[in-house]
Amino acid sequence: MTAVVAGQGSLRDRLVGRLATKVGLFTVLGGLLVVVVLLGAGQGAVEVPASEVFGSVMHKLGLGIGPLPTHPRGEDALWNVRFPRVALAVLAGAALATAGAVMQGVFGNPLAEPGVVGVSSGAAVAAASVIVFDIDIAGNWTIAIAAFIGGLVTTFLVYLLSREAGRTEVVTLVLTGIALNAMTSAGLAFLLFLADTQAREEIVFWQLGSLNGARWQQVVVVAVFAAVGITASVVMARQLDLLALGDRAARHVGVDVERLRVKAIVAVAILTAAAVAFCGIIAFVGLVVPHLVRLVIGPGHRLLIPASALGGAVLLVAADLWARTAIVNADLPIGMLTSLVGGPFFFWLIRRARRTAGGWA
Amino acid sequence: MLAGRGLSLRIGTASILTDVDVEVRSGEVLALVGPNGAGKSSLLGVLAGDQRPDTGEVSLCGEPLTAFSAQEAAQERGVLMQKQTLSFGFVVRDVVMMGRAPWHRSERAELDDAIVDAAIKRADVGHLVARNFPTLSGGEQGRTAFARLLAQDTPVLMLDEPTAALDIHHQEQVLSVVREAADAGAAVVVVLHDLSLAAAYADQICVLARGAVRALGTPDEVFTEELLSEVYDHPVHVLRHDGQLVVVPVRRSGGTR
Repeated sequence: MTAVVAGQGSLRDRLVGRLATKVGLFTVLGGLLVVVVLLGAGQGAVEVPASEVFGSVMHKLGLGIGPLPTHPRGEDALWNVRFPRVALAVLAGAALATAGAVMQGVFGNPLAEPGVVGVSSGAAVAAASVIVFDIDIAGNWTIAIAAFIGGLVTTFLVYLLSREAGRTEVVTLVLTGIALNAMTSAGLAFLLFLADTQAREEIVFWQLGSLNGARWQQVVVVAVFAAVGITASVVMARQLDLLALGDRAARHVGVDVERLRVKAIVAVAILTAAAVAFCGIIAFVGLVVPHLVRLVIGPGHRLLIPASALGGAVLLVAADLWARTAIVNADLPIGMLTSLVGGPFFFWLIRRARRTAGGWA
Repeated sequence: MLAGRGLSLRIGTASILTDVDVEVRSGEVLALVGPNGAGKSSLLGVLAGDQRPDTGEVSLCGEPLTAFSAQEAAQERGVLMQKQTLSFGFVVRDVVMMGRAPWHRSERAELDDAIVDAAIKRADVGHLVARNFPTLSGGEQGRTAFARLLAQDTPVLMLDEPTAALDIHHQEQVLSVVREAADAGAAVVVVLHDLSLAAAYADQICVLARGAVRALGTPDEVFTEELLSEVYDHPVHVLRHDGQLVVVPVRRSGGTR
């Protein structure tokens, strides 16, 4: 919240203050990301201290700085197990938070999020069908592409169903999410029923969301999807700001609203697919991160989107670290953890939206 | 600059506009007046390109409006809507800056900051620049949106009841800024409810009734007791005070005491 107006004299100070906050936020998030990645890569059955993780990366880059892992299987654990997993967490977190920020911009509603409105589960249904029916048209990419198509169809559905006269009311959006989540759960249940034991396990894994068993091939696929989605989102950031004025006023200041909306929906579907394809449904990241970022640097999408991507990466790597270490020798499903924390946060947001909007509008 | 020829609009079976001809030239303020439901806002919406007329054509700077892209149109005409909405808590200065969007990546973008500062000053929102838009009062939001319109810096200005939520001081202030813009060469269309305000600031008055143009001309020509009493279905007096037209409704008991 901006402080109560001060006099004209302090305007410059305030603008400088705002700039400092922005630079500060990016520095803090960047620093945090480095810290959680080093910590996250080190923790697990084979313990590698952060300094040795750093040294290992430096040696791989051809810079002989820092100590190498002292554990005999340290190097192997880092490069075959931990790094793919941490990289997947970074990419999925960034993709989910960006998807949330873009979706909120398009719907003009701070409660829109791929998990909440059922887009993630739509993508999961499509990905699960690929597994159950053993479809393989594009190798490693098949699941990601299916998730993208599933996400795209669901996002358009949400959009068409929940919009009325150029805006989306909170209650309509949330109810649409309930309806879509019910339909996609039914779809998943049916697929579970059809599936053999192995496919069944994979589907359950989706519903829970997990980064377990990440491989480099998956990281490459997710990296491509996330890079495309995040770049597209950054490019349309300026126009998303204008969309906050409402459809008509945005058009009056030169936004081709229909085209922007289609582009944004495709971007959301790409980003959701990036996260869902190999990590399953990890809800609420796209809700919590953009909201916290907005509290610090305001709602402008040009900063909100990159800051959310960074914040989402930090959050998911940290959450994954927690999921792996909270209980000894147990790898908790990360989707469960994010929902555990995100659920109450969502509740608080709804209450707040209700209060500030003076009702359920 | 901006003209509509033979505009008709139907929504369902209701006829909203029938065969409306309007034109506004640069240097001129055209006021649209008329009773509730006469089609003033619909006409403005059609002229702004929000809604396609069923028949007739809107032209902007001599070209059909349909030939303009959203951005090209936004460089020629700015619109101030009756109700302001904003989904996120942008601060006032950022909202005014949104008016510069059509000029992004043009040579005029260099002037963004100077134009925004001038617009903020002209709309008298200087003391609000760092406030969150959604926390402002209705009148303050209206003036912020007015500043955004000025920042857009277009040769055609369209305003839908810009004075509705404003106090007398700001009503006069907004309309004199509009007048100045017209005197500097802008073409202005403004929907007004207050007939005395319309008489004071407009060059041309277009009286709409049931979706059709009932009268079009200078305030002196149009504002007669006979015509206004008929259009509004209420007897009115048209007075002259210090050389200005003043329109007052006839009250049976001379007001409540």
